Amino acid sequence: MSEWFARNRAMAILGLVVLVLAYAYYFADKTTALSMYRYSWSYAVPLVLCAMVGVIGERSGVVNIGIEGQLLVAAFAGFFGAAYSGSIIVGILAGVGCGLIMGGFLAWTTVKWRMDQIIAGVVLNIVATGITSFYYKPGQLLPSLMPHVNIPGLSSIPLIGEVFFKGTGVIALAAIVIAIGVHLALFRTKWGLRTRAIGEYPSAADTAGINVIRMRLINVTMAGALAGLAGVYLSMDSTSSFERGMSAGRGFLALAIMIFGAWRPLRAAAAALFFGFVTAAASQLQADKVIDVAPQLVGTLPYVMTLVVLAVAAGKVRAPGAVGQPFIKEGQ
Amino acid sequence: MTADPAPPDTQGTSPAATDPKRSRGGDDGGSGGGFGYILRHQSFVVIVVALAAALVIGAILIRYQGVNPWYAYETIFREALLTENGLTRTLIKTTPLVLTGLAVVLPLRVGLFNIGGQGQFVISAAMAGWAAYATRETGFLALIIAIVVGLLTGAIWASIAGLLKTSRGVHEVISTIMLNNIALGIIWWMVTTGPAVHKNTSQIPMTGPLDEAAYMPVIAGIPLGFVIAVLLALACSWMLTRTTMGFRFDTVGKNKFAAGYAGIPIARVILMAMAFAGALAGLAGAMEVTGTMHHFEPAIGGTLGFDGITIALLARSNPIWTIPAAFLVGILRTGAAGLQFATGIAPEIVDLLLALILLFVSIPVLGKWIFRSRADKVEASSTSWGN
Repeated sequence: MSEWFARNRAMAILGLVVLVLAYAYYFADKTTALSMYRYSWSYAVPLVLCAMVGVIGERSGVVNIGIEGQLLVAAFAGFFGAAYSGSIIVGILAGVGCGLIMGGFLAWTTVKWRMDQIIAGVVLNIVATGITSFYYKPGQLLPSLMPHVNIPGLSSIPLIGEVFFKGTGVIALAAIVIAIGVHLALFRTKWGLRTRAIGEYPSAADTAGINVIRMRLINVTMAGALAGLAGVYLSMDSTSSFERGMSAGRGFLALAIMIFGAWRPLRAAAAALFFGFVTAAASQLQADKVIDVAPQLVGTLPYVMTLVVLAVAAGKVRAPGAVGQPFIKEGQ
Repeated sequence: MTADPAPPDTQGTSPAATDPKRSRGGDDGGSGGGFGYILRHQSFVVIVVALAAALVIGAILIRYQGVNPWYAYETIFREALLTENGLTRTLIKTTPLVLTGLAVVLPLRVGLFNIGGQGQFVISAAMAGWAAYATRETGFLALIIAIVVGLLTGAIWASIAGLLKTSRGVHEVISTIMLNNIALGIIWWMVTTGPAVHKNTSQIPMTGPLDEAAYMPVIAGIPLGFVIAVLLALACSWMLTRTTMGFRFDTVGKNKFAAGYAGIPIARVILMAMAFAGALAGLAGAMEVTGTMHHFEPAIGGTLGFDGITIALLARSNPIWTIPAAFLVGILRTGAAGLQFATGIAPEIVDLLLALILLFVSIPVLGKWIFRSRADKVEASSTSWGN
C-alpha cells in the first residue's frame, strides 16, 4: 500500500482534493450538485468505454481512429434491433455484435493487410455514416426503457452511491466494472504484459514467442465490443432515440481522453469524468445566467477542451512505442 | 503501376526505436509513408475495379429496397447529364467538390490527412455569406469580397490544425475533426443569435439573400466557378510537379527526415500545405454561397467537405484526377434528387455508394489481388523491424 502511494502520490493527492471539493459542494447545495454529478457521469459513460477501446488498441500497437464509426453503427443497430424485435436484450446484443464486427474489420485490414491505420479508421467512420444515414427510419420507438437498478448497500453512500449506484443503468454499472477490469488485466495479468509488449516492442515480443499478429487481431476485435456497449448506451439509455450522426465526435473525444489519461485505463476514466463535469458545469452556469454565452457556443466546449488538452498533454505523455506501425515478422 | 524502389517505411520505424520521448504526433513520418504506400499501389485498374465493385454492391442494396438497380442508375445519370440544365447543375455541384478534393490532396502530399475540409468549408461559407450580405449595396464587389473572405477564413481555420501539429505535435486527424465540430457550433450561433442573424419567414435560420449582381455567373451553361476550380486543379498540379515548393511538399511527404537533412523547413511546409488546403475549402464555401444558395444556411452543401476525402483517394492524390473524381461524385449527388422523385429511394443512397467506393479504393489488398506478385515482394523487402 505504501509502495503504491509512493508511486502515485500526485494522483492520490489530486484525487483526494477533488473528492473533498465534490463533497463540500454536495453538502452546500445538494440538488444542484447531484444533478450536475449525475449529468457528468452520464456524459462520461460512453467516453469511458470508448477510451478503453482506444487504450486496448494502442497498448497493442493499433491506432483506432474508427471508434467514432463503431459507436455510431452500434447505436444504430442497438436502437433499431430493439425497436424491430421488441426486445431490449436483442438490441444490446445487436449493438455489441456490430461493435465486434467493426472492430474485427479494423483489425483485419490494419493488422493482416497492413493498411494504413489512420486511413482504415477514417474509412470505417465514413462507411458508418453512410450505412446509418441511409437505413435510418424516423419515428421508431424503443419497446421499453433500459433496466435501472439500485445496488443495495452501496447506493446509500452519500454522493458516490447516489451518483454511481442508485437508479443507474446496467451499462453505466458495467462501465465501472470494465474500467477497473481493464486496468487490472493490463497491469496484473499475463495477457496485459503480453499486450503491452506487442504495443511497445513487437519484435522482442515475437522473439519471446508471442504471436503478435493473432494477439493484435483478438485485442482490437474484442475492444470493439466495448465500443458497441457505448453505442447502445448512447441510443438506448442516455437518450431513447437514434439520430443521424449522433456520436458527434465522441470517438475522437475518447482518444483525446486516452492521451490525457496517459494510456492508463483508470486515469482515462477519471479524465472522462472531468470532461463530463466541465460540460455539466458550463451548461449549469449558462442556465443560471452566470455566463452569457449562446448555447451553440457552450456546446463546442468539449471539442475546444480536447484541443487544449492535446496541446498541453502532447510531449508530456508517451505513447506505446509501436503505435501506428504494422508488424511484419522478420524473414517473411 | 510501378514498384517504387525507395524504401517506403524507413522513416516510420526508426524514430520509434530511437526516441523514447516521442509523443502521439511524432508518428507522422510513418503515416506519410503509409499514405504513400496506398497512393502508389493504386493503379487505374484498381480504381476501375473498386468503382465497379462498389456499384455492384450498391445495386444489390438498391434491389433490396425493391427497385430495379439498372433503372436506378439510369435515372441518376439521366437526371444528372441529359435533362435540361442537368449538366449545368452537375457542374455547379462538381465545383466545390473539386476544391474540397484538392483540400485533401495537398496535405496528403506532405503526409497529412486533412479530414477537416467540412469545417473549413462551412465556416468559410458562413463568413462569406455574412460578408456578402453586409456589403450587398456594392453589387459585383460583394462577390469579390465573399471570395476573399472565404479564402482567408478557410486558410486561418485550417492553419489552427497546422499550428497545433507543428508546435505541439497534435495529430491532425483529431484536431481537424474537433475543428469541424467547433465550426458547426459557431455557424449555428452566427445565424441564430449571433451577428449574421437575418429575420425571415422561413423556419430555417439563415443569412440575408445576396444581391443578384453578386451571384457567381453562369456563362453559356458553364458555371464560372467550375472554370476557376479546374484552373486551380491545374495550378496545383503544376505547383506540385514543376516548382521548388512542390518538390519540398513531396520530399516532406515521402521522407520527413531526409527533408530535414536537406534543409527544408518542414514546419513551414506543413503550415503552408494546411493553409492552402483551407483556402481551397474556403473558396468552395464562398462559391457554394455565391453560386448555388445565394445565402448561407447551416445545412449548406451537406457533406461536401467529407466527400473531398473520397475524391482525393479516388484521384490517387493527383490534383488533375480530382476533376473527374469530383465530376463522378457530382453526378451521383445531382442525380440522387431525381432518383428519390422517381423511385422513393432516399438520397442518402449516395452516402452509402461513396462509402463503398472509398472502402474498395482504400483497401490495399485489392491492388495486391490484381498485381499479386510484385506488391508483396516490394513490401517485404523494404520494411523490417529493429533498424
